[in-house]
Amino acid sequence: MLEHVVNGLVLGGTYSLVAMGLTIQYGIARIMNLGFGDMIIAACLATYVLFTTLSINPIIALLILAPAGYAVNNLIYRVLMKPLVARAPDEGALEVDSILVTFGLLFVIQGLLLALFGGGYTSYSFLNTPVSVLGTVVAGNRLLALVLSLVIGGALVIILFRTRWGMILRAVALAPKSAPLFGIDTDRAARTAFAIGGAMAATGGVVISMFQTFTATAGVVFTMKALIVVILGGKGSVPGAIVAGLLLGLVETFVAAYVDPGLTLAAVYTVFLVLLLVRPNGLFGKA
Amino acid sequence: MKNSLLEAVCATRRLTTCALAALALASSVHGVAAQERDKVTIGYAVSKSGPNAGGAGMTVTPNYELWVQEVNAAGGLKMPDGSQLPIEVIAYDDRSSAEEVVRAVERLATQDKVDIILPPWGTGFNLAVAPLMAKFGYPHLAGAAVTDKASDFVKRWDTSFWFMGGSADYVSAFTDILVAERAAGRINDKIAMISVADGFGIDLVKAARPSFEAAGFDVTYDKSFPPQTSDFATILNEAQSSEADTFVAFTYPPHTFALTKQAKVASFSPPVFYLGVGAAFPVYPKIADGSVEGIMSLGGVDPNNALNNAYRAKHQEVVGRGADYWGSVLIYASLQMLEQTVARVGLDKAAVAAELSSGTFSTVLGAETRLENNQLRAINWVGQWQDGTFVAVSAEGGGNKMQVKLRNPAGNNPTNLTRYLSGQIVFGPDNS
Repeated sequence: MLEHVVNGLVLGGTYSLVAMGLTIQYGIARIMNLGFGDMIIAACLATYVLFTTLSINPIIALLILAPAGYAVNNLIYRVLMKPLVARAPDEGALEVDSILVTFGLLFVIQGLLLALFGGGYTSYSFLNTPVSVLGTVVAGNRLLALVLSLVIGGALVIILFRTRWGMILRAVALAPKSAPLFGIDTDRAARTAFAIGGAMAATGGVVISMFQTFTATAGVVFTMKALIVVILGGKGSVPGAIVAGLLLGLVETFVAAYVDPGLTLAAVYTVFLVLLLVRPNGLFGKA
Repeated sequence: MKNSLLEAVCATRRLTTCALAALALASSVHGVAAQERDKVTIGYAVSKSGPNAGGAGMTVTPNYELWVQEVNAAGGLKMPDGSQLPIEVIAYDDRSSAEEVVRAVERLATQDKVDIILPPWGTGFNLAVAPLMAKFGYPHLAGAAVTDKASDFVKRWDTSFWFMGGSADYVSAFTDILVAERAAGRINDKIAMISVADGFGIDLVKAARPSFEAAGFDVTYDKSFPPQTSDFATILNEAQSSEADTFVAFTYPPHTFALTKQAKVASFSPPVFYLGVGAAFPVYPKIADGSVEGIMSLGGVDPNNALNNAYRAKHQEVVGRGADYWGSVLIYASLQMLEQTVARVGLDKAAVAAELSSGTFSTVLGAETRLENNQLRAINWVGQWQDGTFVAVSAEGGGNKMQVKLRNPAGNNPTNLTRYLSGQIVFGPDNS
């Protein structure tokens, strides 16, 4: 019983880590980024290259790639998203436009990765060491994903709810039209949020590459999973993403252990449907 | 008004002239082709992107490229009259879509009018193009396709050739090994088995259930999982507590790699540890971080076969990475057979098919490779990692196969040794 809880939380940690970046991009910058998973894959492949050719430790790669993710996404926002935001008459239009543009972005990133790395399976071993947690042996790299998601999630919550800067971000998320009336630079706030989301995608990619086999075209899988977690947790809610991610991990593990591993996906979508029926805006979403 | 009319007439005349010129050009090209050909066009559609790209890029495409490069470097494809023609390749990406592969093959046959069509990767894709290949009369050398129905397919499409055997072949060879090991008292009669709920996993597990049962084994844990599964901690936990000495997983590469890594973390090391696609990839030991000794899977090579070793060295040199230990050598052998067939009978499709069916060839598999009922049967069914090489094994060894070595025969446990060396366990008088 306890071992399933530990395994479930460790698995859910990965889901939370991946989903937090997307929820920030979606909730604050109001960009539904369908290319999110491909940014994760880009970070996976970058880590792989750094590790195998330059023998740079993935932990150090994290320190390089997270800022790189921030910079790249900042640039993407300036070049691709800013014109959309500027011309969108309302939120709904921006959402549709951003979905179309990031759908294109998905294929651009995927195409680049395919051209650079080919379509083969990529995998390596790092930190694949047994760590005992409450008597259950888990892989060190997966535990790292859980710890990182909790630490980053905690830090984000503190920043968002305890600092002036966080308040600005929340103001933009809550009322993008009224925020400028209080002297808030909404463009800058949205850009920062989008870039933070990109840095989170890179972080997720680095950690996931340590234990999961990936291909240049596997990004969609991550986007899908992250999207489920984001909607479950409530759009734009960091605590929601963490709780929903851990919940999915627990559901998958318990179903695999007590029902049938073949039904894990079905169980995840059942939870998804039931929760949406009860709480249409997600666990932590505001009506 | 008059002007514009004139212009229109002129335009029409220009167009007619163009069309005439084009027709003339086309017919002259045709004329040359009919008189003497200066090259052989070979076309293929394989998955360069999408979910199948990983498998195709490992087993099929590198061998096509290697073979074409070798043939062209040697002056071209030999014809019966002794002349040599360079190969020109027309390659399409089927984007891992069955509709796309059918369309591409149709295009190769009707528009590009290539001389030879090489098959795509995957059982489903080969079955998808088989009727088309038969319709246009192209010999179909289905390399990367595992099917139990090859004999039926040969009846339906008599120009089809099958090089990878069927699920039942792989499973029954593996069952023979298990029976011998159980008789020797090295394993119990329990088996824990998992499979991916997708093509390969479904086929293999369907063949495995009756085979294990007929041999008197008790499959205590038998579960399938969705292809998207990436975490196997719970499944391994359950398999571990099933007390089976044999763990079988019919999986695709992402699952194979994840299972290997997580089994290592969980110190799960049953005497028989059998995994699916990916365990015969040359990169596998690196991905598994070394702990692969004794792991079994489909395929395997004879480490003392000089021809095969030369092929592997050449593959490494030209492609830049090693060939996989299962399908690659079979694909390459099928291309060598094709090359020798063309040298004997030329490019007439029916003649090529007849010669492939009845001829004897010298390939990397051996000096006398021949097909039985249009199927290659000289395949290594079970392989095992031994001393850094994935060798073909059988219960007794002998022939071109090594004897199977279980993972932890008493007192010499490679996994425990690794753990001992890394300081995780200490051998004492009690647990040595």
